[in-house]
Amino acid sequence: MNGTVDVVPPPAASASLSSQSVPVVALVGNPNCGKTALFNALTGSRQKVANYPGVTVEKKTGQLTTPAGRTIRLVDLPGTYSLRARSPDEEITRDVVLGRLASDVTPDLIICVADASNLRLALRLALELKQVGRPVLLSLNMMDIARKRGIDIDLAKLAAELGIPVVSSIAVRRGGTDALLAELDRVLGRRVEGGPADWHTPDAGELRAAQREADRLLKLAMSNEGRLDPGTARADAILLHPVAGIVILLAILFVMFQAVFAWAQPLMDLISDGFSWFGALVGSAPLPEILRSFLKDGVIAGVGSVIVFLPQIVILFFFILVLEDLGYMARAAFLMDKIMGGAGLHGRAFIPLLSSFACAIPGIMATRVIDDRRDRLTTILVAPLMTCSARIPVYTLIISAFIPDREIWGFAGLQGLVMFGLYACGILGALAVSFVAKRLFWRSNAGEPFMLELPDYKIPQAKSLVIGIWTRALAFLKRAGTTILAMMVLIWVLASFPTAPQGATEPAIDYSFAAMIGHAIEPVTQPLGFNWQINVALIPGMAAREVAVGALGTIYAIDGGAEAADKIGHALAGQWSLATALAMLAWYIFAPQCASTLAVIRRETGSWKWMAVTFFYMLALAYVAALLVFQVAVALGSG
Amino acid sequence: MPDQTILRTRTIALGDAPVGFRGQIVALDVNVASGAGLPGLELERRLIELGFVEGAKVELLHQGLFGGDPIAVRVAASTIALRRREAMAVIAVAGESVP
Repeated sequence: MNGTVDVVPPPAASASLSSQSVPVVALVGNPNCGKTALFNALTGSRQKVANYPGVTVEKKTGQLTTPAGRTIRLVDLPGTYSLRARSPDEEITRDVVLGRLASDVTPDLIICVADASNLRLALRLALELKQVGRPVLLSLNMMDIARKRGIDIDLAKLAAELGIPVVSSIAVRRGGTDALLAELDRVLGRRVEGGPADWHTPDAGELRAAQREADRLLKLAMSNEGRLDPGTARADAILLHPVAGIVILLAILFVMFQAVFAWAQPLMDLISDGFSWFGALVGSAPLPEILRSFLKDGVIAGVGSVIVFLPQIVILFFFILVLEDLGYMARAAFLMDKIMGGAGLHGRAFIPLLSSFACAIPGIMATRVIDDRRDRLTTILVAPLMTCSARIPVYTLIISAFIPDREIWGFAGLQGLVMFGLYACGILGALAVSFVAKRLFWRSNAGEPFMLELPDYKIPQAKSLVIGIWTRALAFLKRAGTTILAMMVLIWVLASFPTAPQGATEPAIDYSFAAMIGHAIEPVTQPLGFNWQINVALIPGMAAREVAVGALGTIYAIDGGAEAADKIGHALAGQWSLATALAMLAWYIFAPQCASTLAVIRRETGSWKWMAVTFFYMLALAYVAALLVFQVAVALGSG
Repeated sequence: MPDQTILRTRTIALGDAPVGFRGQIVALDVNVASGAGLPGLELERRLIELGFVEGAKVELLHQGLFGGDPIAVRVAASTIALRRREAMAVIAVAGESVP
């Protein structure tokens, strides 16, 4: 097998070639049908995530080899109930299935994946897929669960009535995809032609007729319709209870954030110590002074200050993926719908906003599940206000330097309380902004309906968790290695050149470009209590928030020597007033300091306008918040 | 389209049903759901895509804390969450089996 190299060809140029040599098979199915688990089972690690040209919908392709030795390119498409696409995700599914997109994903065969214990809606989709004029194969997934519930399906009868091959699969079991693979060989070997291509957007009458036909087939091929899963019923009696459900949801969120901070700490210390050790090693290496400073202060200190957050990001995504795979996320949206609706947000916005606590980028991309454009825009607009993990380093640094570590009310740590307050400010800010946006931009909207399937609970599979966390961790490290590294190098150059003249009396950094820039914008930031060092840190912080910590580290390291570099917090405590520190915290709650987020907003909304709206409203909020905090703090005597 | 006067006496809109209601769908009438966030024809198509068609058994399983909204409805073999104002379009008769 030589399937380890899976290069996705550029969409237009070499596409026609590849589709001739390697057959393309697309997975289509309802949300929660186990499609992704099947994709993982079939392709294993031989998968690749890219974007469809022009949009940010994830294009998941993988390669597999059938028992007969046939190589197949498998495409995993976003879940949908029909080809009548309403969200950007569903549009991709429709366009790929209809062959409207670049031909490297135009399927030679469509596998309609269905949850065997929830076949009804999937059968209607299968009937619709039959109309696109490509060979279709129906795979009844999670057959084991269906059998356990006493659901018996006559595959042969179903295949005869539908007029397409029907196989069963158990994605999570070894050998569970054998029947599917054998059928793939058979269908592709015979070069089966699809029926006539006469798909058109169905009207209500046609949909109704199709669902009736699906119900007729079900009655023929299935022993019983399948009652509600008893385990799910028992769990939902508590988890969807009007009061207990919300209490449990809040408790889950509390545990999640607790874990992010508490569990990650030992690992973070380890990574941090590792980088310090490595920096010290390089610092004592026999290298020219300039190169040594570049490696130690610029590269290692800078990149290290960011990679330290990898454990927190992994833990946060672990929780989000577990809740998602468990089937709990849809319940969370159900519980939060009314509450969020009060602030002008859609219940479905809950998942994107929760993801935004890890990072606004996956959060904004997750808004694609919201059908209505206006609801989606509101969510995108406020997603960057959720306290993302990149703010954590800045908050941690300033809090540990300025907020005394003492207990209040006998049980709560003051530092933790301030941290909690910062999160709360972000959430309240988001609710307020969406409330205003709803009334300012689109008053007339009655509100997109909230319609969502609540899937049966399922035990998350370790394999899909590992794959999910791995791809996200990799994306983060890639960012640390590219954007953030480049910014750290830039900061170091700005802070190191030009070098101090002969016989200079001030520290070297006062003569650098960094100082010049910092002084230049001082008039604007003076009312916020920001000194020129902060100004310098804010500029590269535009690329990524967490860079500000590394930047402050580099500036004060070059300024104050080796001791300061080890303890940025000490340096800050000596140089900033409490008012300045608090103003900086207030600034970071709102500041639009993340170029990648802005870029994603531009891509997702397809307009510069919404990117600009986000940037300026956040900048204005940040300025006002920092101004208020600083002036009030000074008035109270913390200047 | 079933006779409206007969429907009104024997039927209930799912949007008005209490938790624990069991019945069978007899019609989709988007005119009843005037407060819905979608034009009638689109609402009808979405409801059908989620399995709300005439003849399907329904059971109202759960409701939210504020105003009993949204609701979770068992439709045949799947569970769908939706708001009451859209569920107004789903007309059902109570009872396990309907003639």
